[in-house]
Parts: sequence; structure tokens; C-alpha cells
Amino acid sequence: MAEYSAFSLLANALKGNKDWKPAWRKPDPKASYDVIIIGGGGHGLATAYYLAKEHGITNVAVVEKGWLGSGNVGRNTTAVRSNYLLPANTRFYEHSMKLWENLSHELNYNVMFSQRGCLNLAHTPAQFDDYARRGNAMRHLGVDAELMTKAEIKRLIPALDVSDSARFPVVGGLMQRRAGTARHDAVAWGYARGADRRGVDIIENCEVTGFLRDGDRISGVTTSRGDIRARKVAMAVAGSTGRVMQLAGIETMPIESHVLQAFVTESLKPFIDTVVTFGMGHFYMSQSDKGGLIYGGDIDGYNSYAQRGNLPVVDEVMSEMLALFPGLARVRMLRSWGGVCDMSMDGSPIITTGPLPGMYLNCGWCYGGFKATPASGWCFAWTIAKDQPHDLNAPFTLDRFHRGLVIDDKGQGANPRLH
Amino acid sequence: MLITCPYCGPRDVIEFTYQGDGNRERPDSASQNFEAWNAYVYDRLNPAGDHNEIWQHSGGCRAHLRVVRNTLTHEISSVAFVRGDHQGRGDHGSAARRKAEDKA
Amino acid sequence: MSPRRADTGGRIDRLKTIRFTFDGTAYTGHAGDTLASALLAKGVTLYGRSFKYHRPRGLLTAGVEEPNALVTVLKGEVREPNIPATMVEIHDGLVAISQNRFPSLAWDINAVNQLGGNILSAGFYYKTFMGPVFGPLKGTRFWMFCEHFIRRAAGLGSAGTAKDPARYERMNAFCDVLVVGSGPAGLMAARTAADQGARVMLADLEPLFGGSANWSEESIDGAPAADWARRAVAQLAGRDNVRLLPRTTVWGYYDNNTLAALERVSDHKDQPGKGEPRHRYWAIRAKSVVLATGAFERPLVFPGNDRPGVMLAHAAERYANEFGVLPGERIALFTNNDSAYRAAVALKKAGAAVVAIADVRPELSPEIRKLAAEAEAEIFAGHAVVATEGGKALSGLKLQRFDMANGALIGDARSIHADCLLMSGGWSPTIHLASQAGAKAEWNAARQAFLPPKPTQSWIGAGAFTGSFSTAEAIAEGRAAGLAAAGGPSAPSVLPVVEAVPGDPDPAPVFEIRAKGKSFVDFQHDVTAEDVRLAHREGFVSVEHLKRYTTLGMATDQGKSSNVPGLAIMAEALGKPIPEVGTTRFRPPFAPVSIGSLAAERFGDLKPERLTPMHDWHLANSATMYSAGLWYRPMIYGHAGETVEQAYVREAKATRESAGIVDVSTLGKIAVQGPDAAAFLDRVYTNMFSTLAVGKARYGLMLREDGLAFDDGTTWRLGEQDFLMTTTTANAGKVMQHLEYFLDVIWPELKVHVTSVTDEWAGAAIGGPKARQILAACVTGTSVDNATLPFMGIVRGELSGVPVMICRLSFSGEMAFEVYSGAGHGAHVWEALVEAGKPFGLVTYGLEALGTMRIEKGHVTGAEIDGRTTARDLHLDWMLSKKKPFIGSAMMDREGLIASDRLELVGLIALDNLPFNGGAHIVEEVDEANPHGSIGHITACCYSPALGRHIALALVKGGKARQGTRAHVSDPLRNRFGPVEIVSNHFFDPDGSRMHG
Repeated sequence: MAEYSAFSLLANALKGNKDWKPAWRKPDPKASYDVIIIGGGGHGLATAYYLAKEHGITNVAVVEKGWLGSGNVGRNTTAVRSNYLLPANTRFYEHSMKLWENLSHELNYNVMFSQRGCLNLAHTPAQFDDYARRGNAMRHLGVDAELMTKAEIKRLIPALDVSDSARFPVVGGLMQRRAGTARHDAVAWGYARGADRRGVDIIENCEVTGFLRDGDRISGVTTSRGDIRARKVAMAVAGSTGRVMQLAGIETMPIESHVLQAFVTESLKPFIDTVVTFGMGHFYMSQSDKGGLIYGGDIDGYNSYAQRGNLPVVDEVMSEMLALFPGLARVRMLRSWGGVCDMSMDGSPIITTGPLPGMYLNCGWCYGGFKATPASGWCFAWTIAKDQPHDLNAPFTLDRFHRGLVIDDKGQGANPRLH
Repeated sequence: MLITCPYCGPRDVIEFTYQGDGNRERPDSASQNFEAWNAYVYDRLNPAGDHNEIWQHSGGCRAHLRVVRNTLTHEISSVAFVRGDHQGRGDHGSAARRKAEDKA
Repeated sequence: MSPRRADTGGRIDRLKTIRFTFDGTAYTGHAGDTLASALLAKGVTLYGRSFKYHRPRGLLTAGVEEPNALVTVLKGEVREPNIPATMVEIHDGLVAISQNRFPSLAWDINAVNQLGGNILSAGFYYKTFMGPVFGPLKGTRFWMFCEHFIRRAAGLGSAGTAKDPARYERMNAFCDVLVVGSGPAGLMAARTAADQGARVMLADLEPLFGGSANWSEESIDGAPAADWARRAVAQLAGRDNVRLLPRTTVWGYYDNNTLAALERVSDHKDQPGKGEPRHRYWAIRAKSVVLATGAFERPLVFPGNDRPGVMLAHAAERYANEFGVLPGERIALFTNNDSAYRAAVALKKAGAAVVAIADVRPELSPEIRKLAAEAEAEIFAGHAVVATEGGKALSGLKLQRFDMANGALIGDARSIHADCLLMSGGWSPTIHLASQAGAKAEWNAARQAFLPPKPTQSWIGAGAFTGSFSTAEAIAEGRAAGLAAAGGPSAPSVLPVVEAVPGDPDPAPVFEIRAKGKSFVDFQHDVTAEDVRLAHREGFVSVEHLKRYTTLGMATDQGKSSNVPGLAIMAEALGKPIPEVGTTRFRPPFAPVSIGSLAAERFGDLKPERLTPMHDWHLANSATMYSAGLWYRPMIYGHAGETVEQAYVREAKATRESAGIVDVSTLGKIAVQGPDAAAFLDRVYTNMFSTLAVGKARYGLMLREDGLAFDDGTTWRLGEQDFLMTTTTANAGKVMQHLEYFLDVIWPELKVHVTSVTDEWAGAAIGGPKARQILAACVTGTSVDNATLPFMGIVRGELSGVPVMICRLSFSGEMAFEVYSGAGHGAHVWEALVEAGKPFGLVTYGLEALGTMRIEKGHVTGAEIDGRTTARDLHLDWMLSKKKPFIGSAMMDREGLIASDRLELVGLIALDNLPFNGGAHIVEEVDEANPHGSIGHITACCYSPALGRHIALALVKGGKARQGTRAHVSDPLRNRFGPVEIVSNHFFDPDGSRMHG
């Protein structure tokens, strides 16, 4: 399959764009594979890609219930950052960041990762100190971070209200310059194309309906397109983890599924350059290359698989938006959507072998799934290939809750709605 | 989303605080069954469909309600006080509850 | 200049002239005009530039679905970008400008993008701009370099940064029946439901109710349809049980029949009326909803279909009949269905020449031929438009014979001279709200349209929304829907009689004419038919992939006119029927909604402010206030010329030397009362409370269920069954909910009632060597000596005529007392205490001094109880009772919570005598160039006047064992590195002799 480049664009344009080939094949499922990955979202596709590339395991099928990338990889606010407090998270997300930084080259697909920075606004001196703690934690792990003064912030984001009369005046902020945004769909498509080019079968419209067993061991899946056997069955179905685990007979998980709404405005000329977050609520915003302001806030706060939220969160998010950017009152919200998030009990993910023999589990991504995509796939592929976790995902076990080894960046305890 | 509080009547979801999976059973305080404790604190039934869950009417009467709500459609099929009889709320409360139960 | 105003007709008032400007040019229009109709009447053909190719664009529609004619409305410094000119009602002083062009709308540099042609095809971004793998532009740099220019070229209008001075308002409304859409179906539904006595709300996004009746050629009950509508509206307006909401877009259908609507209250006025907001956001809880939202006409896809002067047929009909504006002198039509013939007749009547009607269908009914004859138009059956001509306005078009069976073009093209081309590609019911409500649309092959799904919430459809495109059906369905929604009996009654313009509702299944040239599917985003086929070639064939890859339907009009043609072209490429390609689920909002309206009253007022009873006193006495959550608290009471550090050092020092007083009213306070109150507290706190004597207080620690520390505070036993619990300021609400949860859900058998009394009590903490003397000087009715009021004792007395409760407890480490009074007396008591303290050198102190003294004492607050620490980490294990279970006791000894490398609380002393920074980290060996090896962090720091050192509290790995050793502070963020000594967190008076005194 042809490499993408400016030259190939030109050559194809001269031929009326008639010669472009599908970005990935649409094969029928084979009877068996070495590895089946359930879930054709960002994480599943990245896992398939790294299995093939890093571990030479290419007899792999990715089975997807709907269309490829129909889950949260296609319905998020596209921010990429590694500005976490706790070392396990920081290390993992920084690994992801490093993969992001070369991803377009690696995939020969422009995922438009743009390192325009992520600024967390602090509104009290105590919060500023909190952010300093986080920033220093990052710096001690080799991750870039810097504090910004109010004056620097005003220069960076002229539209931001930094006046002392604001209800929650800005006192400063924590900036990660290497953070940024990426084109979310392109990540799914790029990994799909990359995996497909290495021989992975990507099977869309193939819903898993149950698990095949060989004694205690999971040995494949039953699907809407027939039974498929495999030595290893890996799950990357964040948002639907509860549902799929129940098919495997596991009734309870340290996860609740919650709906997270996101919003975009009409297209505007450049308004803000960075990703910015509000410290006295839960609000984050960036601007896409097309010009829409992309923003969101809290999850709705109740279990839901509906990909559809309600008005209280809409109102709260818009109010917080205007508290920061009072010039946006006349700008209009164009579209809203909902994604279903796996909210884990400590706000951190799970990438592990098990819990059943022959099964591998990747879930619990809370708000953080999109930026994690490369590292999640990379670590999960390692875990599947070697039957043990990499150092980077070793802390993200399923039994950490019971053992008291939680990784609770927000310090909220077993209360998923607060993570 | 509207939740019909048996005491206050139908109210917008903004008045309520979600307290999660209502199937969890807290072990006896003195229990040394750590598996049961772990299950209670960390493990959740997370069904796609009817979900038995606890809500507090925090912006109203502050009672805790047991709500059966469909997580696919958000449709609510029943609401009741978590406390069986909810002492101390008087006849009005139980009358309203009966009414809500009749409707359900 | 070919478009012009007709002498008669329409809803406009020709006697009222309105003056406005567009792109700096002064224009006039009439009352009732939209910006679009007024400009069209003046012969304006060019309204905007498209997103990608910056092609010149005219008006496509007359309504909310307009993709081309987007303008920015200016009000002083405040900008409102991306508003369709079709939705702007003109008023005197209106200033509008065009967008996405430089230097001007007529001459736009970025129009050069058109030359990019095939290179800028769908998805081209994904295939290039990746840059070199090595060198200075590796990684993301090359892309970011390109992106810089792409971002500047993209975007439509510009947002302002000035705060919008307008006011926004929110209304919560309840009704029996909400009718959305006020065409014949909606009007009938509203009228019928109102007749049944139901509380009815009728909303329409247009300023004028009536929908299609306003531009219809038909008559109802013998009168022109518009007059019938006017009468029906007048009847509704006179009823008490009906609320009419013009200019109101119902944009969201949420759970339990909650609908969100935006009313544009005063946009159409120069100034809002007295008390009027700009926009009003309606949250409507309707028992039942009638969806009578009509249908959108679809364009046809053919080369040059985007040239200014090419317009939807019904839009021209609207301009002619509603606004008395002719979009051209010589008008041609291109259609696949009968509805366009109505437009031909209307335009002919209004005074235009209809030069040709090209119809893809070879066979046409006699009724339709009659309409064409009425319009004096030549019919070209079995023909298609294959090209248009002209620059920024249409000058002509080319027709060619067309075989509908195989899409082939036959014979030679023939030119027709025309200045306006009307197209109609059939109609798509406006099913957005129904789709939002939760169900999937269903394809109807006859109508070639997606029809509404079966309801999943309580709504009923009527009229064109259901695919019933005739007025007679709309009226019948409207009536039936009104009855059903109101729950009335289906009593027979006489329906209004419609004299209809004939026409078959089913179009020919033709969406695209394939000929040479760019054929647009999504006008705003410049998605062409070739782009759709390219997506197909590359495998982006599911509807969502199609949308995301080509950006079809993602523009500000959200594909209202482009979705179905796009699907149809994909279906043809796939060789599948349209429904197998799928339809996307519509999501809120139906049309863009101002963010100001959604914030409503919270715009400029995000959160309530919580003020203590002494707030005004603090302000009047030079306090610098600090925002703590919702509260405001004094940070320092500064003297002239003092820095913050000087102020707190002075305050803390004076407190330790004589006395200080601080406002502690913000502490959470919960009355815990009832026969089982003591037993309950034993379960809630890690330590015992049942053993606490009446009249005494005790410090308590709570854990979460998972065994981690949750909150601390003192609880006072006021009576056998009566406790007053205090919590940290930040956790007051959470602790309250925690207690309620356990009482209501876990232990309903406990007879305990909890009440939040935070706002009922004002609190002042007075401490220092002279604190007791000060109290003795002003408190009556009780002694405050050591015997009467020992450490942790409580007494009641009077202070300046006000009853007070005094507890002797200390946070500062000094002999200290908390004086509580009713909140209403708080300021009075505070002033009396301050007055009484004057002879003793009493100072007021703020949070900084409070923090300083607590650091000196090593007390913990939220910075240490941060949701990740255990009682042991904080050296509070002495408080973990072994005699009883308590919340968290079963879980607190899990392996992770007792590990030896946990972060533990320690004190730090700066050995270089330089200040610490909060959030600095601790390392064993400093490496300034490459910081690493963090073993912990500072949670709080200050200059300690008591020790004369810079000190800090810190959480350090295995901290307890490190006491007495050295380490380094490492704060690369602020470039502060230096040696520290790790010590106990109890810096000052560790045995508490001062407070026990």
C-alpha cells in the first residue's frame, strides 16, 4: 500500500484521485488467530499495531461491534498531556507523550499532534502550591512543566479574564508546553492502517456475544459473524467493560460507566492557542484547527451507557466557560455529544493480564483515555506478548484496589463520580 | 432527567446526588471478612439496563432514595425511600410514597 | 442588478424604512425583513465565502439551515459571529459584516485555494504535512509550522474578547403540551390542545407564526393560508392557557420530556426593552410534545450548484411571498419533484419571468404541466442542469437530456440565459428532536427521506415532520396530535378545508447529476460529490466515517441540507440502498445556541459567595480577603507598607506574646442529636466519643470506608444526646452527606438526627497568653478560670449582652478559646472581644498567621489529609481505637496502607535559612540540572517567628525514620534548592504546656 506524502497527493491529484486504495482492508474473520482484540477503538487498534510492530505478532484480529473508532476515540476533547501528580500516572502518560511526538511519522499518517501546551489555571495561592507540587513531581521524572504568572498568562491568552474582580481570580498556572491536541479520528485511522499494513485483520460490524472456553481458559469469542478462536483474548472496550465482562461471567468490576458530555462551538478565527483548564470547577477548552472551540467539564455523575447527557452539566460547563472567557457569550454552541467513560475506583486505568486465564484486560480510562492511546496500546501489547506487565503498567493492576495500592491522583477514594 | 422523590414529588436531577450502586451490602462493622469489605467498597454491578441505585435528594428533603433506572435509556421504573418506612416523615410522606408506588 | 423588491406582498411593512450597514455600506430595508431579504432586495448576490476553497457564495435558503450567508453582527466591541443572514431581523443601526475573506468579500486572497483543486481533496491533511523524520523540523515541528497557517486560514467569524454587556435569562416552564413548530400542523395541534383545556406552549424559531402558510399559494377555509394562520394565532394569543414563543428555537430533547429552547428576545431590536434580556433559555418540562417541525428542502448535486444565484426553490418562494423580494428576473428551475412547481407559479405571480423548468423525470402529471403553464414556463422533462455560468452572480446554465434510469447524459448541452436557478431535490423531514429523544430514524423509499422513529419519549408527530407533506394532511394530523397530546376524546369535528396546489409528495430518486466540474454536497465545508467517492475508495464508507473523513455535515448548518444527498452518493458508490449506509443520530442542539443563554444568570456570577457575619468588619479593618472555596476569609490584616510576610509574622508573634483573635465561622458545624448520637459518633470517628463527658470537647478523626483519612475536627458534647461536630471548612458538605448516608442507608436503626448548623453559629478563636484575661474581662455569667473551663471544657455565658458558648481548645498551640454565638450576633461579639482585648494588645489575625502557628504546632489540614494519607502517615494512629470498629477500621490495615515507603508527615527546617515554597519536592541528593529522585513534597511552609527559622511540613517517604537526617529541597519550577533538616512535625511546644497552661 502506498506511502502517504505530499508527492503521492500530487501524483494522485493529477490522476483525479482515482487510484487511492482503502486505508485498511475489510476482511472476513478467520476461524482462529493468535490474538483477538475486542474493541476497534484507539486502544484496541494501537494494541494490534504494537503487537505486530514491537513483538512480531501479526496473526491478530481486532473485532469491533460497530464502525472502527466509534467509541471514545471519536468522541473526546482531543487533549494530550502528561501533567499528572502521581509517579505511576506521570511515567505512563509521559511514555505516551513520547510516542505521540513521533506518531505521525511512525504511522505515516498525520494525526495532527500539535504541542500547543496545556495550562492549568490556579485561582488561590494554595491551589498554585498544589500545582507546583504536581509540576515539580513532573520535573523530577524528566517531564516538562513550568509555572506561569498572571501577567504571562494574560499575554498568552488575551481573551482570558484575569481581572481581580473575577469570582475566582487567576493567580497563576501550571503549563506543560509539550502537551497539546491531536485529531482524534486520525489516531484510530492511522493505527488501523498501520496495523492492517502489518497483516492485522480489522473486522468491523462484528459484535462479541460471548466467550469460548477451553476448561477454565478463555479460548475465543462468539460473535455476530461467527465463532473466532484465539490463544489470547484481549479486551480494550472502555465504556463497555462492564457489559463485556458480564459475558465472561464476571459480574462486578471496580468500574462504573458514566456519560461524559463534550461540546464544540461554531468555527472561529484563532481565539486560543493552548489547552486551558479552570481550577475552580471542571472545565477545559482548546481550539481545533478547523476553528471550533472544543470543551467539556464533569461527567453527568450517574451510571449510563446512553452516550447522551442532560442539561445540568451543559449549564455548568457553559457558566464556567464564560467565567473564564466573558467574550464568548455571543458565540454559539454548535454540537454536543456524549461518550461513555469507564470510571475506575481511583481514577487510574487497568492494564493487566487476566482476570481469567487466556484473557487480558485494558479498561478504566476515566477521562484520560485519548491521550493514553499510544502508551496503552504499547503496554497492553507488551503484556499480551510477554504474559506480564511492562514496568510502566505494572502498577495498573486489577487487584490494586483490594490491596490498598490505589493510584488516586485526585484523592477522592472509591467514588468514581468524583475522579 | 426527573426523579420523583416520594416525599417532594418530581424534581430535576440537579437536585440529587448520586450515591451509586445500591446492590452493595456493607458487612457488619466488626466483620473480618475482607473479601466482603473489598467487594462493598470497590466492586460495582454496572449493568446495561435496569440499575438499582441510591440517590440522595440533597437539594430537597435529603432523604436517600432507591431508584431503579435503565442505564441505556435513563428511564426510571421505581423510586422508594431507602429506609423501609422512613420514620419521622409523617403521613404526608408515606401518602406521597404510596401514590408514587401506585403509579409505578 | 436583477433581484428586486416587488411592489406588493409579504409580511414586510413598506411604510417603515430601516437603515443598516453590511460590510460598511449603508442599506435600507423594511420592517419585517431579514438581513438576507433586505440585501437580496437591493440586488446583493454575494454573501459569504466557503470554508475551504473560499468560493463566492450567495443565499441558498431563507431560513435556519442557511450554510453560505453567515455574517458577524457587531454591537460596539461585542461580536456575534456566524449568524445566518436569513435569521437576522434588521433593525435601525444594525451593523453586520461578512466573514472569512481578506481583504474583502468580493476579492478574497484565499480564493487561490480553488487552484489546489484535487490536491485539497477530502482527507488530504492526513496524508501530508508530517515533515522530515530527522533534523530541526522532526517530531511535531513541521506540522506545527504548517498548522500555524492552516489555523489562520480556517475558522469563520472572529469571537470578541470584550465582555458581553447583555443580560441572559433562564426560565423553567411546565406545560401539558409543548408544540414545536407553528405551521398548519403546529397551529392545529396547539389550538386543539388548548380547546381541551391543556396548558399549551407553542414555539417557533421564526418571528412570525404560520410556517409554510406564510408563503403558501394555497388557501384554507376560503382565505389565503397566511390569513388563516394569522387568525389561528390571534385566537391562541387570546387564551390564558396558551403561551406563544416566537423567535424560539427548541434545540434539545433531554430525558423525561425535558426540552431546551432559546428565545431571541431582543436581538431584533436596537436596544432591549426595559427589563428584557437578550436571550431567554427555556427549560420546558412538557407532559407531552407535538413535533410539527416541518421539513427541509434538499439541494440537487450538479456542477456549479454553489454559484451565487442558485437557490432552493422554496427559499425563492419564501422571498417572493413573505418578503416581496424577487431573487431574479429570469428564473430557471431544476427539480426532481413536484413541489418546485409551486415556486414557479409564485415567482411568476410576483413578477419574474420563469424561463425554464428542468425536471429529471421524463413523465410529468397533467396537474404539474398545468402549473408550469400557469407560470408560463417551458418544461424540459427528462433534463438536468449540467453547468452554471457566471462569476459572483449567475448568468446562465446548461441543460442536457438526462436518463433517470442510469444517470446518463445524452446529446448536446443547451444554454439558457438566467440570473437565478432554483433547485429542489426533495424534502427531508426535520426529525432532529425526535432523534435526540433517543430513537433511530427510518428510511422511507417513496419519500426518499428519513422519517421519524417510533417515540421513545412522550411525543407525537404531525405534518411534514412525519412525511405528510400536504397541508390537508398537516391539518388533520395536527388536530389528531393536539387531541392525543392533551388526552382529550377524539370527538369528530369539521377540519378546515384546504384548497391545495396539486403535487405528488414523492420525488424521483435522483440526487446527483454526474458531469464535469465541482458538484457540492456540503456547501459550507466545500465537500463535493468526488470527495464522497474518494471516501468510498479509501474505505470510509460508514456514515460516521464519511462525515468525519470529509467533514460532510459538520459545518454550522450541521448538514441540514447535505446529509441525505451525501448518503445517497455513498449508497450509490457502495451499490447499497441508502438505509444500509445508515443515518447519524442527531445530537443537541438542533441549531447553534448562544453560550450566554446557557449560562443565563450565572454569566458574571458563577458561584454564590459565602461571607461570615464578621465579613464587613474585616473589610473595614484592612483585611486582605482570601477566597477559600465559596468562602471569603481574611488572609492578613495589613498595616501600611507591610508585606504579606511581615503582616503574618507580626500577627503570629503578637498572638504568642499577648493574644490574637481569628474568625473561625467558616468551620463546618453539624448538630448530631438523638438517643444514639454518642454511639453513632463512636462509629464515625476513629476514637471514642461515648466516653466524653457532657460539657467537654474532643478532637476526632474520621476515615473513609477505604481506611484513608477523611476529616478531622473537634466535637463538643453539649448534652447527653446533643453533640456539636465541627469539620474543616472545605469538607463541611462532604462530611454532612457522609453522616446522612450512614444514618439513612446503613444504620437506619440508629435514632440520630444530623443538622447542618454552619450558618447558625459565628465563631471567634482567641488565643495567647492573655486570652483568658481578655475573656475574663468581657464574659459574664461564668468564670473562665482553669477549674471552670479546663482544657477542652465548654461553658456558656454572656458577652456584651449576647449568650455565647465557649470551648477551650487550641489550634495555635496557645491557651485558646473558641467563642460561639448566634450568627446574627457574630459581628457584635467579635467587636466586643476586640474592644476588650485592646488593653491586652490583642491582634486580629488572618489565615496566614493561623497557618503559621499550625505549622509550628504540626497540626494537619487538608494539605496533609489529601485523600491519599492514612492516620498512621500523619502520626494520628494514637487516635485509632482498638476497642471498637469504626468506619474504615476494617480496611485501614491493607498491605498498601501500611507499607514502609509511604509518605509520612515530617517537619523541615531550612538549613540555608532561605524561604521554602509550597509544593517543593524533597530529594536526598540535589541535581539541579536533571532533577530526580523525589522522596516527598512540602505541604505547607512559613517563616516561623517562634523558631526564627524557615520551616515546613512535608510528606516524605518513610519520613518517620528519616527524622534527624538531612535532605534537600528541590523546586526546579522556582529554582530553589537547598539543604534541610528533617525533624518532627511538632516544632513548637511539643508537650503542649502553653495551651494546657
